[in-house]
Amino acid sequence: MPLTDSHFQELRRFVGSENVLTAREDLIPYEFDGTAALKHRAEVVILPANTEEVSACVKFAATHKIPVVTRGSGTGLSGGSVPSEGCLVLCLTRMDKIISVDAANLTLRAQCGVITANIDAAANAHGLFYPPDPGSMKISTIGGNVAENSGGLRGLKYGVTRDYVMGLEVVMPDGQIARLGNACVKDVAGYSMKDLFIGSEGTLGIITEVLLKLLPKPAARRTMLASYDRMEDAANTVSAIIAARIIPCTLEFLDRTTIGCVEDYAKIGLPRDCEALLLMETDGHPSAVEDEAAKMLEIARAHRARDVRVASNDAEALKLASARRSAFSALARVRPTTILEDVTVPRDQLATMVGFIAQVAKKHNLLVGTFGHMGDGNLHPTFLTDERNADEMHRVHLALEEIVDKTLELGGTITGEHGIGLAKKQWLKRQLGEASHGLMRQIKQSLDPHNLLNPGKIFD
Amino acid sequence: MRGSLKELDYSILQQCMRCGMCLPACPTYDTTKRERHSPRGRISLMRSVADGELKITGEFVAEMSYCLGCLACQTACPAGVDYSNLLETARSDIQTHGPRATLVARFWRAVTMRGLFMRPRLLRFAGRCLGLYQQLGLQTAFRKLHLTKLLPPHLKKLEPQAPTMARRFSHQLIAAVESPLQGKRYRVALLTGCVQDLAFSAINRDTADVLLANGCEVYTPPIQPCCGSLHAHNGEAEAARTLARRMIDLFPPSEFDAIISNAGGCGNHLRHYGQLLALDPTYITRAKLWDTKLKDIHEWLIQIGCRAPRPGMAALTVTYHDSCHLTHGQKVTSQPRELLRLIPGIKLVELPEANWCCGSAGIYNVTQPEQSELLLNRKIDHILRTGAEVLATSNPGCHLQIARGLQAAGSSIQMLQPVTLLARAYKSEQSAGH
Repeated sequence: MPLTDSHFQELRRFVGSENVLTAREDLIPYEFDGTAALKHRAEVVILPANTEEVSACVKFAATHKIPVVTRGSGTGLSGGSVPSEGCLVLCLTRMDKIISVDAANLTLRAQCGVITANIDAAANAHGLFYPPDPGSMKISTIGGNVAENSGGLRGLKYGVTRDYVMGLEVVMPDGQIARLGNACVKDVAGYSMKDLFIGSEGTLGIITEVLLKLLPKPAARRTMLASYDRMEDAANTVSAIIAARIIPCTLEFLDRTTIGCVEDYAKIGLPRDCEALLLMETDGHPSAVEDEAAKMLEIARAHRARDVRVASNDAEALKLASARRSAFSALARVRPTTILEDVTVPRDQLATMVGFIAQVAKKHNLLVGTFGHMGDGNLHPTFLTDERNADEMHRVHLALEEIVDKTLELGGTITGEHGIGLAKKQWLKRQLGEASHGLMRQIKQSLDPHNLLNPGKIFD
Repeated sequence: MRGSLKELDYSILQQCMRCGMCLPACPTYDTTKRERHSPRGRISLMRSVADGELKITGEFVAEMSYCLGCLACQTACPAGVDYSNLLETARSDIQTHGPRATLVARFWRAVTMRGLFMRPRLLRFAGRCLGLYQQLGLQTAFRKLHLTKLLPPHLKKLEPQAPTMARRFSHQLIAAVESPLQGKRYRVALLTGCVQDLAFSAINRDTADVLLANGCEVYTPPIQPCCGSLHAHNGEAEAARTLARRMIDLFPPSEFDAIISNAGGCGNHLRHYGQLLALDPTYITRAKLWDTKLKDIHEWLIQIGCRAPRPGMAALTVTYHDSCHLTHGQKVTSQPRELLRLIPGIKLVELPEANWCCGSAGIYNVTQPEQSELLLNRKIDHILRTGAEVLATSNPGCHLQIARGLQAAGSSIQMLQPVTLLARAYKSEQSAGH
């Protein structure tokens, strides 16, 4: 059912007329998120200012059976916030207040639209830190991070968004406001409902407020960059570091194609003639950091690292990490369309998987740049292609099929940190099996019986 | 730059992969948090026009006009999107295929773009008239009698912001050829600009002085055409091409080691003549050579190893504001700071958000006064907090805008350009008798 002026009039009463966008020129820029080749036009985009306004809009949508797609900054990488057919989009970027930082309990309470980097900055002002640091942290919203259970560069040691969520405020599909979890370190009062909503991709409820766990800021940090002539040597370095009982906060790699693109953008003197770069970072107590960094350096050299550059100060370390964060976008320099994957395998299968991806790309005559979180077994093979070339796109899909099959064969997952959304739902059942997929669907049906929240995402 | 979005090489539009990395760098997105006011959003609108899904509507025109064109998104963009090219093409498309502007707007556009800024002598004559109006006290009288109300709307907005005209223009300060007293190492051409020539001719003199002090013979023809930057930014592609050809004729690039620009906005346009004249077989070779010779003054001085002045100047705390088109467009960021640090006695303090637009943005302060004022206030707040005595910047637009802001804030902070400080430092060493 198409929305009419009378619908818009009512919505304007909830949020003020300037926060209801219906003009074509206003809607086109909300047709997509950060995922390639997916777009759809919403009927209306609404920018609420608070939880009550969100709730009013959702109640309205439930009454009129209008689908609701929630969006933050629109940086998602699986199409999770791409508008669904006939939907209204709730864009929550105006809900950007940090409500409180509780240094005694090491928590931070914020509205869902706060930019991730601002969460860390607020924690930092109290000598604390918020570890999850997704690639888009300078613009992604914390609500989006929770809804997608985002990862980042520090996952190996510090885990992902889920590990830092203590409580949530959620608007349910019928518009009711539920508060889940609390500031207690221990809490076993019933099911852990907050966990159901973390990573639910906007299909079960709308996250409007988060209560996050913070950590004391590590006193020291050491960042190193090792270059290799063979990708396997980099992978073996990672295995050896972990076997040596060292858990660095970051073990990130870039392949040759990615290195070239990142260097074109960042111009920080990355070596263009090596096959792999390994970005390593350890943090913690100064003496432990000193010790670990020395061991990691030694291990890298023992595994034929051609060169190891140690960042001389924080500014250089930040430059290296920022360069790594730009990898995905920088790859777009090569071809018009960049199709990014997120397959993850158990760590010890990583070298096999990297080799397999290179083989598949060669077999289908495709250009691929691979980078990712080597310490987590989380890879981002990125096909550099052109969505307007039907033949090449067909080959990309064949290659993806093979990569997915191999991932599952190795005991991996089709997505480590980007979510299913629209982009990966075709493979979800293959990974989960009937029973597990059915269980997920049952949960969705019982919470959202009319399938109004983010329909078409995760499931068909 | 082509005439329309539909004719544009589609891969330039596709280069934007919509990751959103540009959003936090965009001053208009920062203000409104609306996707259409972001670079990514604007590119999606341009792509819709190219795809034939969207016509050039009034809203599209409004959006392209709301963009500052500061190019901060280009610095932020890992994918290397050529936003400047896209924006200029969109604005050119608007001129040819968009809704027709009102008669009055078209009249004033013709007077400025195709009249004044195509004819350097006429422009100087207009500048002279404006100068007399200002110097003879007519301005004050005019304002007191509220006669400014009688001006057409365009001029009414411009009148209070009109820069004070210099008493002598560049050609009255700089000889056509000036040679260094000793050790000529290079032969360079000096571009005197339009606003720079009329309002800041002394800065052109300072530029010539620092070039001479660094072994450059300076060639400065008395009559120079406008570089066409104003035209290109406002969708007048054909006029921009005509002016580029005139520039290349006047300054054959093969005859100089460098062609020097000292205005950030002009410089960014000037170094892309190759792109502008890509389809002109007669000029393309020279245009490409021109692009390699075109240097920003700071960039050139650092490149040739600028001589550090000997001590002599009084101690001074200076902060530096990046002109958008110098830092985001030309990527000249460290050099002006390096030059300032070369000067004994100068303490350089970094300005927070130094590369965030001040709201001047060509004629943006006239076309979008509200947003411009917002950005100016933000800039002034930061400047006041540095405790500096001097704000250095290197673009006439920024200079005028920030000077106006500082004056309104009742601040005594002086506005100077790095070359002026450097020229003064060289002069103080002479007067100190070294």
